Amino acid sequence: MRDVYDVTIIGGGVSGAALAYTLSQYEVKVLWLEKENDLAMGASRANTAIVHGGYDPEPDTLMGKFNTQGAYMCMDLCADLDVEFRKTGSFIIAFNDAEIEHLKLLYKRGLENKVQDMELMDGDRVREREPHLSKEVVAGLWIPHSGVINPWEFTIAMGEVAVRNGVDLKLKKQVTGLTRGDDLWVVDVNDGKETYYSNYVVNAAGVHSDEIHNRVAEPSFKIIPTRGEYYLLDRAIGPSVNAVIFQCPSARGKGVLVSPTVHGNILVGPNSEVIDEKEDTSVTREALESVGEQAQRSVPDLNLRASIRNYAGIRSNSDYGDFFIQVSAPHFVDIAAIKSPGLTCAPPIALYAKDLLEQEGLALQKKTDWKGGRKVVRFKEIPEEERAAFIRENPLYGRVICRCETITEGEIVAAIHREITPVSLDAVKRRAGTGMGRCQGGFCSPRVLEIIARETGLDPTEVMNDAEGSYILTGPTKGEEA
Amino acid sequence: MGCETYDFDQMYDLIVLGGGPAGLAAALAAHDQGLDKILIVERDKELGGILNQCIHNGFGLHYFKEELTGPEYAERFIDDLKGTGIDVLLDTMVLDLEVTDRCRFLHVMGVERGYQALRAKSVVLAMGCRERTRGAIQIPGSRPAGVFTAGTAQRYVNIEGWMVGKRVIILGSGDIGLIMARRMVLEGAEVLACVEIMPYSGGLNRNIVQCLNDYDIPLLLSHTITNIEGHERVEGVTVQQVDEHLTPIPGTETHYDCDTVLLSVGLIPENEITREADIAIDPRTSGPIVNQHMETSAPGVFACGNVLHVHDLVDFVTEESQAAGIAAANYVQGKRSAEVYRTLELKTDKTVGYTVPQKIELSDDDNLIRVFFRVRQISDKPAYVVVSDGTKEIARFKKPFMFPGEMQHIRLPKVLLDKADGNTLTVFVEEV
Repeated sequence: MRDVYDVTIIGGGVSGAALAYTLSQYEVKVLWLEKENDLAMGASRANTAIVHGGYDPEPDTLMGKFNTQGAYMCMDLCADLDVEFRKTGSFIIAFNDAEIEHLKLLYKRGLENKVQDMELMDGDRVREREPHLSKEVVAGLWIPHSGVINPWEFTIAMGEVAVRNGVDLKLKKQVTGLTRGDDLWVVDVNDGKETYYSNYVVNAAGVHSDEIHNRVAEPSFKIIPTRGEYYLLDRAIGPSVNAVIFQCPSARGKGVLVSPTVHGNILVGPNSEVIDEKEDTSVTREALESVGEQAQRSVPDLNLRASIRNYAGIRSNSDYGDFFIQVSAPHFVDIAAIKSPGLTCAPPIALYAKDLLEQEGLALQKKTDWKGGRKVVRFKEIPEEERAAFIRENPLYGRVICRCETITEGEIVAAIHREITPVSLDAVKRRAGTGMGRCQGGFCSPRVLEIIARETGLDPTEVMNDAEGSYILTGPTKGEEA
Repeated sequence: MGCETYDFDQMYDLIVLGGGPAGLAAALAAHDQGLDKILIVERDKELGGILNQCIHNGFGLHYFKEELTGPEYAERFIDDLKGTGIDVLLDTMVLDLEVTDRCRFLHVMGVERGYQALRAKSVVLAMGCRERTRGAIQIPGSRPAGVFTAGTAQRYVNIEGWMVGKRVIILGSGDIGLIMARRMVLEGAEVLACVEIMPYSGGLNRNIVQCLNDYDIPLLLSHTITNIEGHERVEGVTVQQVDEHLTPIPGTETHYDCDTVLLSVGLIPENEITREADIAIDPRTSGPIVNQHMETSAPGVFACGNVLHVHDLVDFVTEESQAAGIAAANYVQGKRSAEVYRTLELKTDKTVGYTVPQKIELSDDDNLIRVFFRVRQISDKPAYVVVSDGTKEIARFKKPFMFPGEMQHIRLPKVLLDKADGNTLTVFVEEV
């Protein structure tokens, strides 16, 4: 008698995580497959990290339908899951009359999408709140109910709760075959090495979501991988902004933004470049120069030399023009072509997908013993008066490992022992924040590597930098036995 | 109201932030001057600082007239701690420093003693420096594993006992890059080249000879890495020549297959705590502005070693740090009785990058004042270092050769400084 899952989710990004989190609240047996060695390894960790206000999408699209509600749901979830979120608000800025008209159009759209408390302001008022913005800014649209989030932490937090409540997450499992047999889905993984059986399948495979869809149905959309590159600038150096600063789309493209991050740094980007290889997250000198130039239009004295890091993410743009969320085959739901505002919309999309599954016959009975919520200890957030006592009770919190961000061994060990075990330096970074500061792990990497090996039993040479294959150490130095 | 009203767990005469060569020398010198309650706070599990991973020799040629390895040099000072009563907190991090004219107050934390508030009558900043990263210089390409700063790689290899790669390209010909080039070869790796963006090397000449030339590792001057490729681990790099503006020249691309890139692209004094204490920083050194006693803009706070300015020779770190320790002791004991009668600002022009100290506060206690500096360009034939007050020359020193990668120093007698008019002295290089 083979093991049959009720639902199999393909993809461990924010969409898959939100669905796993949602379904974990019901008496359903869920299999969750992710091809990499951790969650949030695709666009979910390499985006602009914005919880969008909802004024931008067309009202008669799924994006428009979900955005405004999604913003509120994200904020609530962040509070419940102890995920870093800052309600910074956003400005869309205008440099000329044509762009002021565009702001008015966005305002109108925002009203239709039920966005609250928007305000059109003239350039001087905008600059009162954002003194570093260019003098050329003539107007701005202020959107208070928006902000910036820690997108990988958000994904992982939802995933941890899902796993805590029985979702069977299997990492390093790439779906290589998907066929229907005996009224069940037969899911082949890693070229036939393993096979799973499931009543329902949900495709949340990000940039590969068209490939998964095409295994079970006629091609209905094509993913057009579109790369965006970013600068991350050091918070201590150079002028800053308080809110997310958007430019109006122009002939040049959608416009580059300048945004605070949850950690207080400044994010600059992204550009927009269609690429061939779906996972090519290289950054190029030309793109970075272009991003820098465009950003300086908003903040003229932006200090691009205060760069901590550059990175790139691949959007799941498509020729469909909206999220592709529908039942595409019997008992098969697509959550595909999820580009911006996909992060913001992840929670309502998950509810919608759950409804689609229910319409397809999935019996959903709410659990009475669901354990939600999450609380993470961050040493630097402990009030000073309580620190001495806390360390006495929990000595490992007394040892600072990541000096730049003041992150302690206790936090790293706690992160390693939560529901989804990290096996790389970057996986620990995504959970505890180590290595994100100005030395970029120069000081803490050897120490974090040692802690991971110690706590997981992995050999130090098996601790990856990030994805499978990203080895750090090749072996012991000469003359040492392994 | 200031930190003098805060509760604290312990009070010291002197707290030294950092137990590397700078902190050790400062603490010992302060003790020798008669200071009593001294504490060294060190974040690592042992004293010695960066010297612990510098297992090559060449340390102490000036100070001890011997050629020691890094750990051996540190050991001399660590041994001298015995019997001094100097307190040491290992595995302990200083979180912050607050300074008013009446007190110096800091928080430390460690596993053994937990979270503590400490007060000090004087403080010596000796936190050393960190390495400039790939992100800071924005090398394009993918972000695979296998890109290390040279010091981090050195930690893995020399302290943790792990090799980090087999086919290596080094970016930057500073001393750390040169030393690691040799180290990787000695551990069985192939080092393909050392790539240096400037037309000259930033490291000590002896290291270029002993680490590159002796191992037939090519030094590519006026070149840089313009792309790193590899999916999960480094697979190759593109190296290009640069022009006089350090811009890559199209058409000069060379590709190297490799699995490891070591970056030796600069050291940055670690002054986060200093900045947060509102202590004045010199943007040219990224270290605190000090007078000839190594005293910063904050009363009773002194700085020495790499946190003040990046050194090449630990011997000078020791001497500088001893001066800081003595000054701290004098400060606490109220021994600097003679009044400051004159302050001279030291300025530089385009031939000199910076000076340490940045100002001289003359009193009758002074005699000979040593000024460290770095030149901006190579001077491979004899040249003069001139000190001028703007209207006339105060002093002139002949130097056979000077390189940006080798810190220089001159000694200014007070008698000559007293002859200066105005309150600014300029230090510059004049060709013969």
